[in-house]
Amino acid sequence: MSARERLLAEAATRILLTDGAWGTQIQNYGLQEADYAGTLGLSHDQKGNNDILALTRPDIVEAIARAYFEAGSDIISTNTFSSTRISQADYGAEALVHDLNVANARIARKVADDYAAKDNRPRFVAGAIGPTNKTLSLSPDVNDPGYREIDFDYLKDVYREQVDALVEGGVDFILIETVFDTLNAKAAIMAVLEAQAALGRDVPIMISMTLTDLSGRNLSGHTVEAFWYAVKHARPVTIGLNCSFGAEQLRPHVKLLSGIAETLIMVYPNAGLPNELGQYDELPDETAAFVREWADAGQVNILGGCCGSSPAHIAAMAKAVAGLPPRGIPTPAIKTRLAGLEPMTIAA
Amino acid sequence: MTTTQTAIFVNVGERTNVTGSAAFKKLILAGDYTKAVEVARQQVENGAQIIDVNMDEGLLDAVEAMTTYLKLIAAEPDIARVPVMIDSSKWEVIEAGLKCVSGKPIVNSISMKEGEEAFLDHARKCMNYGAAVVVMAFDEKGQADTKDRKVEICCRAYDLLTGIGFPPEDIIFDPNIFAVATGIEEHNNYGVDFIEAAREIKARCPHVHISGGLSNLSFSFRGNEPVRRAMHSVFLYHAIPAGMDMGIVNAGQLDVYDTIDPELRELCEDVVLNRRPDATDRLVTLADKFRGTSPEAEKQAEEWRSWPVVKRLEHALVKGIDAYIVEDTEEARLSAARPIEVIEGPLMDGMNVVGDLFGSGKMFLPQVVKSARVMKKAVAHLIPFIEAAKEEGAKAKGRIIMATVKGDVHDIGKNIVGVVLQCNGYEVIDLGVMVPWSTILQAAKDNDADMIGLSGLITPSLDEMVTVAEEMQRAGFTIPLLIGGATTSKVHTALKIDPAYDGPVIHVLDASRAVGVASQLLSDTQRDGFVQTTADDYQHVRDVRAGKEASILLSLEDARANAFVADMSHRPPPPEQPGLHVFDDWDLADLRDVIDWTPFFRAWELHGTYPAILDDEIVGESARNLFADANKMLDQIIAEKWLTAKGVVGLWPCAREGDDVVVHLAEEERHVTFSFLRQQIRKSRDRANMCLADFISPDGDWLGGFAVGIHGIDPHIARFKAAHDDYQDILLKALADRFAEAFAERLHQHVRTTLWGYAPGEQLTNEALIKEQYRGIRPAPGYPACPDHSLKPILFDLLQAGDTAGLVLTESFAMLPTAAVSGFYFGHPQSEYFGVARVGQDQLTDYAARRGVDLDTATRWLRPNLD
Repeated sequence: MSARERLLAEAATRILLTDGAWGTQIQNYGLQEADYAGTLGLSHDQKGNNDILALTRPDIVEAIARAYFEAGSDIISTNTFSSTRISQADYGAEALVHDLNVANARIARKVADDYAAKDNRPRFVAGAIGPTNKTLSLSPDVNDPGYREIDFDYLKDVYREQVDALVEGGVDFILIETVFDTLNAKAAIMAVLEAQAALGRDVPIMISMTLTDLSGRNLSGHTVEAFWYAVKHARPVTIGLNCSFGAEQLRPHVKLLSGIAETLIMVYPNAGLPNELGQYDELPDETAAFVREWADAGQVNILGGCCGSSPAHIAAMAKAVAGLPPRGIPTPAIKTRLAGLEPMTIAA
Repeated sequence: MTTTQTAIFVNVGERTNVTGSAAFKKLILAGDYTKAVEVARQQVENGAQIIDVNMDEGLLDAVEAMTTYLKLIAAEPDIARVPVMIDSSKWEVIEAGLKCVSGKPIVNSISMKEGEEAFLDHARKCMNYGAAVVVMAFDEKGQADTKDRKVEICCRAYDLLTGIGFPPEDIIFDPNIFAVATGIEEHNNYGVDFIEAAREIKARCPHVHISGGLSNLSFSFRGNEPVRRAMHSVFLYHAIPAGMDMGIVNAGQLDVYDTIDPELRELCEDVVLNRRPDATDRLVTLADKFRGTSPEAEKQAEEWRSWPVVKRLEHALVKGIDAYIVEDTEEARLSAARPIEVIEGPLMDGMNVVGDLFGSGKMFLPQVVKSARVMKKAVAHLIPFIEAAKEEGAKAKGRIIMATVKGDVHDIGKNIVGVVLQCNGYEVIDLGVMVPWSTILQAAKDNDADMIGLSGLITPSLDEMVTVAEEMQRAGFTIPLLIGGATTSKVHTALKIDPAYDGPVIHVLDASRAVGVASQLLSDTQRDGFVQTTADDYQHVRDVRAGKEASILLSLEDARANAFVADMSHRPPPPEQPGLHVFDDWDLADLRDVIDWTPFFRAWELHGTYPAILDDEIVGESARNLFADANKMLDQIIAEKWLTAKGVVGLWPCAREGDDVVVHLAEEERHVTFSFLRQQIRKSRDRANMCLADFISPDGDWLGGFAVGIHGIDPHIARFKAAHDDYQDILLKALADRFAEAFAERLHQHVRTTLWGYAPGEQLTNEALIKEQYRGIRPAPGYPACPDHSLKPILFDLLQAGDTAGLVLTESFAMLPTAAVSGFYFGHPQSEYFGVARVGQDQLTDYAARRGVDLDTATRWLRPNLD
């Protein structure tokens, strides 16, 4: 069975769990510059370059992956949110992009396979692709709204380099996550589609949007429904929301997406809203209680956590949704569905 | 929040197309992108659902122009909210455009002109960029002209595209509209070829759409706009039913089909449909009449066009003519020092004339609403200029928040009041329907409102209004609260709402009183007196009420002892066809015949009985015009299938148990109870204290239920709203309500004669139907005979009304869509309508027990019937 078929088969039987935050977990180790930099001899400071730990402290990456599988995760995402040429430029580590992705993916693959061998339950690895800190839809210069820092083909090539390396490292899926700019996501989709054509096989895509305001739009201005229509051509194996706010604030948007998307729904919110010190203090049981409401309403297939969440949050969620039926995939009427920032449907 | 826009015929704006608009081309060639972006904004504001962007001009670097423009409009949320159509004959321009568009656009166009390989390569790329495509009917041999070629090419393209996994719903065929009446005989059938091809392509290629550029059609009549407009309208009239559902059409280049000169229309039809060999010659001959020197009607019409602009604006407002309003407003703006002066000066003066005429009964509501439409268009034109000059908005007489309260969806009356207030210089902030109190209070605070107006139609809304009043009190508001809507009353306002809020509470009887109330409340000199008088009046109502309590109600026991005794030997036979009957699409033309027009006129505050009202000395002319507009819209609703009538009937065995009727669902081994209320008012002489259960036999009988709804109104309402056209908006809503009522009446007839069949030979005139001169009744939950709305969920469950009739209930039991009717069927010949009116505490307690709810819940349900 292909990875897509295996995931769909598992998701038909129960609500699955993905992982929680990586950054928060790494922070807990209180690492110093030397831990990050290792012996790579890079010219820039590396403190904060979480993705590089696959090369300099692989034990930590492996320990976090194990902690999530122990907590009950069926899927873990690779520690590669910033492993693109654009994001690594901040650390002068562009030359390591290939190695970061391959090394992080291999660690995740190995741990996933260990756990699957132990109890014969499939474990999956999602190759995580972040949005970068550049945007294709917005001008960074308020006086020149037509200006763009980068263009579509450049970003697509940046993503393609990362996708190829993640596939080489053995990931099952490519997870285009924390999408704040829909056009960035479309460039990532194009990169994966081109990689698929080059490989001659399916590399299933997971897409996760992040909302930047409570009315339910991302930074480029798309509503959740418009976003779905704008990325549906990727035939994603999951669509959903992550980061944004806490689970409580996401509720109406999860409900809406659940009703219109003919694929699996994956949602992994932050552990609440940050407090005045910027810390997330929502307790595992609280987050679990919120996500359980979606499960009770039959609105989700895969749950997990984003900023501020921990293996304890995942364990609490796993407990909260155990035995609840997964969302059935709807079959919306076939209609032409277009999108500007808002959706538009042409009646059949 | 936004809602999904759903379109039936998509009108693609072409003003941002250098090949379609000379003005736009000039701006782009001059590099004036700021103004060029404004063109897109105006198009979207004017209701374009998609904007077509085309930069194919020899003097331009089209890739550069396309990407520059698309990036600029991406930065404008007002524009970027609608999808883009990337229009070019060059693939490189299209692909460059696709890299700048973040939503899901349409590519216009690709074709098999250069063979299958290039075609499929382009299609795959469109798919990977996430775009729908327009496919031109063009192959290696050239452009398709005949019907057969069009069909052949499109079907071949369809098979190729679906073969590579292209979603069929993302294919839009353009089977080429060519010029007709060119004098070349082979061109005569081009219109028919397109229409017939559209029909066949739609049938053979599931899920696709058909588009076309209209302006080609009338190419031979360049310079003769009236003829071109007529040809376009006639063409669409026939092409849309055949399946054309998208078009690049300049809305200004269309006429309303019915208003085209009949002779011109006939001749255009001959040409478009190729009905006679001399069609072209005849149209060419007639066409001269429409060019240059104008016929009588136009001369007359033109006379007012020569008046000074201020006078023209007044004339347009009073007569409700919107054809020239933008150009006249623009002329007034150019001669004014500041754009705001146009609003404060000539436009407000004109609306004051309208207000005076309305106030003195010389103008009627339908005309006022038309005037408001003209005013809105004029103001819409001025707003960008006012904002550009960063001026303060027009100094309104006062700012009013209006809302239909939470749980209720009815807004015809609220919209009418809003229009009337706006016409009189008040600023109205309309929050829409189903508005929770928190939103109303927040909006009032944020906008520093002078008063709040609440509306509602169903009885639970009365409670919600009390809640709003209580919350206003808690939040420390002091501004006046206006109450209106069909179920509201002075008595309810005085007894329930006024005591909840210390600020002024005023019940407004109808739209014509709204202005008087608002102006007194905002007048320095009249306000205190008016508020005091109203408060005294309400106190008087409360005093009178307090004085005459108690004595008039019988105990429930006594009322039951005085129940109506029906002669059960005459109870109806078992139904011919028991069980559920679903009707997905009842013929609207059939319903049109049984429309009861009197309530329609009442909705517009024209009082009188149809048809006599049409000849009424005072309101007759207004009623006739309204009736004509309504019928014109009905023609369109039916011809273009705007609306769908869905309904369901259920006929079930049952038995009476006390004041309950228990339905037996044998197959499901389930019993469902409907609890009814009994009159407790002391009756004179031998009149009974009625309850609906009295019409059902305890020894086995039959009960029916039904629900009907009119679907599909939203896209049309959205279209009218976008065009600032309150008149058509209210008209359509009122007609949808009429269809729902007509459907209920027709369905009842079908039940009596066929499904239940207890009156197989019934022959009634429409008048007799409206007067309900038939056997059996169909009382509705929420109406006087069974005033409790909470029976609806039980009835809907039995009818599976969500699945069968597409109806849902709000938390206050209002039905959605709004144009809907539901109720029970009682077949006993002695069954009749009555009003339960007030019930006592003893019946409330009894009813709560029968329904299995606590006293608080029952109190909430029955509040309108309690003291």
